[in-house]
Amino acid sequence: MSDQTRTLPRWIDIGLIPLINVAMALVVSGVIILAIGENPIDAVVIMLHGALGYEEGVGYTLYYATNFIFTGLAVAMAFHAGLFNIGGEGQAYIGGLGVGLAMLGLDHVLPMGLLIPIAILMAAAGGALWALIPAYLQAYRGSHVVITTIMFNFIASALMVYLMVHVLIEPGQQSPESREFAANAQLPFIYQVLGWFGIPMAKSPANLSLVWALICCVGVWFYIWRTKWGYELRAVGFNERAAIYGGVRPARVIILTMCLSGALAGFVGLNEIMGVQHKLLLDFTAGYGFTGIAVSLMGRNHPLGIILASLLFGVLYQGGADLAFDVPNITREMVVAIQGLIILFSGALAYMSTPWITRLYFRLHDGATPSDPPKPAHEEA
Amino acid sequence: MADFFLLAVLTLDATLRVSTPLIFCAMAGIFSERSGIIDISLEGKMLMSAFVAAAIAAVTGSPWLALAGAVAAACAMALLHGFACITHKGNQVVSGVAINILASGLTAVLGNAWFQRGGQTPTLDASSRFMPITLPMADTLGQIPIIGTIYKHAISGHNGFVYLGFAVVPLTWWILFRTRFGLRLRAVGENPQAVDTAGLSVTALRYRAVLMCGVLTGLAGAYISIAQNAVFVRDMTAGQGYIALAAMIFGKWRPFHALGACLMFGLLDAVAIRLQGVHLPGIGEVPVQFIQALPYILTVVLLAGFIGKAVAPKAIGTPYVKER
Repeated sequence: MSDQTRTLPRWIDIGLIPLINVAMALVVSGVIILAIGENPIDAVVIMLHGALGYEEGVGYTLYYATNFIFTGLAVAMAFHAGLFNIGGEGQAYIGGLGVGLAMLGLDHVLPMGLLIPIAILMAAAGGALWALIPAYLQAYRGSHVVITTIMFNFIASALMVYLMVHVLIEPGQQSPESREFAANAQLPFIYQVLGWFGIPMAKSPANLSLVWALICCVGVWFYIWRTKWGYELRAVGFNERAAIYGGVRPARVIILTMCLSGALAGFVGLNEIMGVQHKLLLDFTAGYGFTGIAVSLMGRNHPLGIILASLLFGVLYQGGADLAFDVPNITREMVVAIQGLIILFSGALAYMSTPWITRLYFRLHDGATPSDPPKPAHEEA
Repeated sequence: MADFFLLAVLTLDATLRVSTPLIFCAMAGIFSERSGIIDISLEGKMLMSAFVAAAIAAVTGSPWLALAGAVAAACAMALLHGFACITHKGNQVVSGVAINILASGLTAVLGNAWFQRGGQTPTLDASSRFMPITLPMADTLGQIPIIGTIYKHAISGHNGFVYLGFAVVPLTWWILFRTRFGLRLRAVGENPQAVDTAGLSVTALRYRAVLMCGVLTGLAGAYISIAQNAVFVRDMTAGQGYIALAAMIFGKWRPFHALGACLMFGLLDAVAIRLQGVHLPGIGEVPVQFIQALPYILTVVLLAGFIGKAVAPKAIGTPYVKER
């Protein structure tokens, strides 16, 4: 029997293989830590303690995870339609700009109850706007969304530097930052909310945007798998020609999907600007847009997987900060290197392990050895 | 008037210096993408080789060893890209993004671990770098007005890499359009099935193209850290790999057109520095950020087809699968 007709059980395809990919990335990271003369096991212990061992650390882990959920969902949303959105960084930047402008203009006028929905709308609008132009160009002018979103990251960065240095800087201030928002334009921190219910928790930047992130996960799941638009989106991603035959208009789907993707990335601005920084400033996106690619690949483009991957990246970021503090030889950029490895192994080399796992599985299963490696199962979570 | 002329010549001089890494990288990109492999990772390869060059130069004091190391490092990254994209048929964009992020993290981590200077290498002295070359009789000929000034300030006194960069462009053109290898390389980027049917190995051709890309990005990286500068600093390539990518697209995947785009982007960069705080008649002060963003904006406009159509090689981005 040809192996082409045999498929691996689902738990191997969506459970084991992603785990093996991540494990390979972590093993290579361990080798790098060994190469610079440190003990990888000790490093893991310090990281886990730093991220999960005390309340403040957990709070930081959740705060980072919030950003990764937003950018991970953004990448995944586009991925299902066959689009690769590398522009999360720029979209998050402009989303944050939207939040910042709204808060600077309205924080002395409106109460918090109105400011929160306005901020959500502005973050979504900013991110969507920054994704709209690459989407339009891809849909109607044939330019590739990957290249245009890369270019738009740089354009966003230049635009923000210009605005912060020349327009929005607080008069008399040296560093390019806006004034701080009034208290009613600051999202409550989780420890404050728990405090209202009499539950004490250590101070940390985790804030209410985490709740919004989880709502977005449910929303994205519902949209992609339970609505007509989601069906059209997946149809375009799976086979654009067949989708056209089925009456779907790909240009519209591309624009709608990229705008939603951009809106999700824009919510990073909600967490960072309204939740933590409480003012507009430069470089608050700090590479979260790119991390979203790793999160989405690791989470197999499924909201549940993205939550898990975001938590792991939250642990890496917060634990990495503690590690850099404890072991001067290892800097925070170790996390960036690990992120690169995860993208490499979970994305570009995703099916490297499939052939030998298939062989091993069928040998164990019925003693038969498939003659040559099977076609990788199409990723569908 | 004379002042203005000298200013123009000095701007030209600066343009050539900042264009050089762009030229190497754009040619590297042309080799890779003409063979059908998207290369987002020019930036990462250049960064990695810049770091390796500076690290080896700091330790051994030999610029030639450093150059060899830089080229080897970039080739290793190129082979990794090839392994993922050609052998394992992975997503080329994802692989490129992974290499860029990996290079950014790894150079900072290794730099800090090896030199304990927060990711920087020690500053290199003249003997462990490539220094500018003064062309013969630059001072004597420099006395001649206009032509002499151009010769002395803009043509002479550059680093060997700058001249090499300009030599690489016709060489790239010659290899691509006048050799059998070039013909096959272009064919594999347009129609790999046909090349395969002709009995040539798609895999071998694409690996060779990716390696050429590695060699050229290695030269670009070495230029940045041990010729143009005397130190490696974290993320010192600062997006130049992406600008080169933009220049390559702007040049529509052709060597001389890409050279033109590199020079234009280099000129923008050189002008941006001089325009800082200058009021132009009728326009007012042009924000430096706008000029910095111009290459990206122009590329988007070009890709949208508003100033001519940029047509990529046909088979770009699709892994070759036999028997389909």
